[in-house]
Amino acid sequence: MSEPLLQAINLQCERDKRELFHDLSFSILPATVTRVEGANGSGKTTLLRILAGLSDAWAGQLLWCGEPRSRVRESFLRNVLYLGHRPGIKPLLSPLENLRALMAGRRPMGNKALMQALARTGLAGYEQVPCRHLSAGQQRRVALARLLVADEPLWLLDEVFTAIDASGVVAIENLLQERAAEGGAVVFTTHHNVQIAGTKRLVLTPGAVGYDD
Amino acid sequence: MMIKPLDQAVGSIEAMKAVFARDMKVAFRQRQDLLNPLLFFMMVVTLFPLGVSPEISFLQEAGAGILWVAALLSVLLSLDHLFRHDFDDGTLEQLVLQPQPLFLLVLAKTMAHWVLTGLPLVLLTPVLGVMVHLDGNSIAILCLTLLIGTPVLSLIGAIGAALTLGLRSAGVLLSLLIIPLYIPVLIFGTGTVAAAAEGAPVGAYLALLGAFLVLALTLAPFASAAALKVSLSNS
Repeated sequence: MSEPLLQAINLQCERDKRELFHDLSFSILPATVTRVEGANGSGKTTLLRILAGLSDAWAGQLLWCGEPRSRVRESFLRNVLYLGHRPGIKPLLSPLENLRALMAGRRPMGNKALMQALARTGLAGYEQVPCRHLSAGQQRRVALARLLVADEPLWLLDEVFTAIDASGVVAIENLLQERAAEGGAVVFTTHHNVQIAGTKRLVLTPGAVGYDD
Repeated sequence: MMIKPLDQAVGSIEAMKAVFARDMKVAFRQRQDLLNPLLFFMMVVTLFPLGVSPEISFLQEAGAGILWVAALLSVLLSLDHLFRHDFDDGTLEQLVLQPQPLFLLVLAKTMAHWVLTGLPLVLLTPVLGVMVHLDGNSIAILCLTLLIGTPVLSLIGAIGAALTLGLRSAGVLLSLLIIPLYIPVLIFGTGTVAAAAEGAPVGAYLALLGAFLVLALTLAPFASAAALKVSLSNS
């Protein structure tokens, strides 16, 4: 059994005086895919934002590789990739420029590798077109190209399947599965019917929480 | 297992350069936004003689003040854009999650804001200074005070812009928060030019403005970074 990457102990979160979850404890192990489930408004996005370190509105304990996260913040941030509803794509920049800017602070790469990643997400020929001229799905694909070049061990993906067509969904499923096989950990939310073998489920229901291995 | 926790991150300076470069690139793709503060600055300065008095003596006396107030207001107008677009498209979330210290990345963004708004105002000042009949020495001093003062305006303004990010109509609140902090800069900025016009030494004034700049450079990025985290946490 390998060391958990991220460990949550008795997490609790309130939003607008409404408790989203309490006593939520779980571990994210390397080489696993975890799907956070729950109805709209059950706190899936909030949980992912808390795990990523974007939200401070929580109580409990979060450990990164066994250490309190606040103490190893820099190493934590370097090792976690978060993709949210708003994926950080600038409409005025081209896919290539966007990808380069997003990677610059983490893992600078040459144009060739970036172009290859974009081509693999089906954006060949669009590398230099400003993103505002692309469709919603194509813009999502720019963000997904980032997954192809990402080296972070833990991915937190909030609704990555939104606006992606059927073949794209399959490609992402395969990518996540490969990722887990290589030892990476993935936590994701989706309302799509996604089939990834060996997926753990983390179910958020108002007031009660179930974690099923 | 192939994937292991990573320890090496990109250096802070490299990351700052990348943030700065992206902001410049985005700004030059949207040139009309760059022109707005400049046009506002020019309009205020050209309308003053028409609205108040075109007398040379009046303009010589009030000119520096007019230019400073116009510069201050046009920086204020541009502040809301500093983080707003990044907030809307999620770039800001990714910025906060970068492994480098956030205050340095915010400093890079603020520097880009100054290069795109404050610096053009300074460059335009000699032309407008001639228009309000300032003499050569006053224009030089005025440019110098704006060169030291406008970065302070950007740095302090970034705190307000970061604090009001989560609000839908941030404009009025932003101005209310920021204007009191701008007043000392305005007083010493115009005071320097007035002192120069009377032939008094301006070294002390400039030193004080410089002290403002150093203070803002060292403290404002921390405050802006903290404010950004709060705004994102509440969104």
